[in-house]
Amino acid sequence: MHDDAMDSAPVGEPNSVQHHETVVSSPMEHDITDGGPDMVQFVDGDGNRLATTDANRDYAQIVEDLTAEDGRSMYRDLVLVRRMDAEGHALQRQGELGLWPSLLGQEAAQVGAGRAMRPQDYAFPGYREHGVAWCKGVPPENLLGMFRGVNHGGWDSNANNFHLYTIVIGNQMLHATGYAMGIQRDGDVGTGDEARDAAVMAFTGDGGTAQGDYNEAMVFAGVANAPMVFFVQNNQWAISEPNYKQFRIPPYQRARGFGFPGVRVDGNDVLAVYAVTKAALDAARAGQGPTLIEAFTYRMGAHTTSDDPTKYRIAAEVDIWREKDPIKRMRGFLASKGHADDAFFDAVDAEADELAARIRTAAQTMPDPEKPTMFDDIYVDPHPMVEREKAEYVDYLASFADATEGAH
Amino acid sequence: MRNEPAIQKLSLAKGLNAGLRKAMEDDPKVVLMGEDVGKLGGVFRITEGLQKDFGEDRVIDTPLAESGIVGTAVGLALRGYRPVVEIQFDGFIYPAFDQIISQVAKMHARSLGHLRVPMVIRVPYGGGIGAVEHHSESNEAYFAHTAGLRVVTCADPADAYWMIQQAISSDDPVMFYEPKRRYHERAEVVIDEEAGAPLSLHAARVAREGSDLTLIAYGPMVKTALDTAAAAEGEGKSLEVIDLRSLSPLDTDTIMASVRKTGRAVVVHEASTFLGMGAELAAQIQRECFYSLEAPVMRVGGYNIPYPPSRFEEDFLPDLDRILDSVDQALSY
Repeated sequence: MHDDAMDSAPVGEPNSVQHHETVVSSPMEHDITDGGPDMVQFVDGDGNRLATTDANRDYAQIVEDLTAEDGRSMYRDLVLVRRMDAEGHALQRQGELGLWPSLLGQEAAQVGAGRAMRPQDYAFPGYREHGVAWCKGVPPENLLGMFRGVNHGGWDSNANNFHLYTIVIGNQMLHATGYAMGIQRDGDVGTGDEARDAAVMAFTGDGGTAQGDYNEAMVFAGVANAPMVFFVQNNQWAISEPNYKQFRIPPYQRARGFGFPGVRVDGNDVLAVYAVTKAALDAARAGQGPTLIEAFTYRMGAHTTSDDPTKYRIAAEVDIWREKDPIKRMRGFLASKGHADDAFFDAVDAEADELAARIRTAAQTMPDPEKPTMFDDIYVDPHPMVEREKAEYVDYLASFADATEGAH
Repeated sequence: MRNEPAIQKLSLAKGLNAGLRKAMEDDPKVVLMGEDVGKLGGVFRITEGLQKDFGEDRVIDTPLAESGIVGTAVGLALRGYRPVVEIQFDGFIYPAFDQIISQVAKMHARSLGHLRVPMVIRVPYGGGIGAVEHHSESNEAYFAHTAGLRVVTCADPADAYWMIQQAISSDDPVMFYEPKRRYHERAEVVIDEEAGAPLSLHAARVAREGSDLTLIAYGPMVKTALDTAAAAEGEGKSLEVIDLRSLSPLDTDTIMASVRKTGRAVVVHEASTFLGMGAELAAQIQRECFYSLEAPVMRVGGYNIPYPPSRFEEDFLPDLDRILDSVDQALSY
């Protein structure tokens, strides 16, 4: 009771501001645990196959076409991706990495999307898309360098059609759109050749939807009718800011304003994400233009290892989402269908242990870069100033060697 | 059989147009993008007629969003295209600043050399045309300050024709600054396609030889510097004029050779002097030419205020008298 004046003022309504109720925005508390009736779902939290609804009807055949082996393979991806992510987190805690952005809780959104892509499709990620990287065949070791501080990414994007991580939120949405415009100009859309027609996926989160580049990308993609899929992982939290501080209406409903369809999908249901993404990619490759997919999911962990979510969200919310866990759900589905047994699940867990050990070794044995290489690859063609500075720096380093020798 | 060189009298604007046309003919991956660059040919008509001849897929009228233009150009470059982006006016480039600094400049380095973004960003710049706010700025130093970008500027029709082609064929991103007040000044251009460009993209040029002092200028100020040198000659002063042409990298060999010869240097640009190109040049010249210098390196530039309303601009921009004033100060040391 040290500040009586504060107690009398409603939260968010400073006494000094004259306002009408509708002028100063009041929190529009969304129910962040329920995606609503538009959301496409096929499997509930316990793994039970849901009935056909208006929302999922268009995608049901894609799910029906999946084999038991497809289901097991998706489950395997979910488990391996979670383990890879957990290892990244642990390596940061042990000082081997400087930072790690965890995808915990978002495995199904990423694996469902990544599995729907063909090799010729190109992904433009943010910096949390470890699961998409995995599905595109990017060696997990590649992702470690930037978080260890030995490079800024540095992998060959064209080896797996998986662009470098982009840290400035939203920048990559425009790169993806331009790349898709290039696919159009190459004639690699709408030919009917499954090995040739290509599309682009651009990934961001709920926070990214406020960025100018995100919205400009939608404008450009809509105008160009570009072959692409905007994939928004709505994990409910942009660091500490919940959805209602980022937008007034949900991302999937905004797609119509840009001139193409938007779909909300249960981001913790890997079958639903796969089906919705496959349909969108097929349409894009066929020349039918972009789709926006909002994967309704939840960031179970912190924003990154530098974040402390206990300062801004309550444990009860996390508990509700734990019940929607994507791996528990897929495991339940496979078991109830008789598609997998304990021997399979145990084998996947053992494989995850091996993957974790491989990642650990890779991080621990990653050499520091040779110092003069920081001057390399700034330009394709030599730049005299950079060349001169590198030469001066090498001489400077050599001067210490001379001093050491002189001391003998 | 060798083709005879063609000699054409071209404006700087037509030189750019002809250079863009040649680059598009030579390489089908060259695409132009920007606001109104299609049917209209751009607000300065630099791309006039190109959409008609090369089609809407290669001359793209974009939505009115500069970050969108540059960001999608990055994507096209990653797909193997060579986008040439037109920013309509200098003062409209800032919405694209993030894409240029964070992505265009850094992509090659952050990919450890795997990726290239061979794109050109054309910027009509500078004042002197009586325009409204945001249409007369000289913001080249922001970009010259940023590693990963190349920054060049042409001053006459011949350089316009050759340098735009060289910029397009560069595998690095190039900021291409065009002196809009010189767009309609004409000169003879010798187009000898077999011999190719007379100078490399990043070479400075001695535009006039002299012995008493070096005037260093670029873009729109080259003509002003040459006029100043002609006037000074009548007073018995011999001024050498260097057209920098390239702001990053700087052709320091040409600059330092001239200053060692004359012992004095005055840098001229329209941009505000504080932390402008003149500041960098002064720092490098005093280090490289310390024992040759007879006077401090002087700077003549825009004052350190926002670009003023156009009724002020004749006083804001360096002109012959202000340059001569600094020349006299340098010579009196």
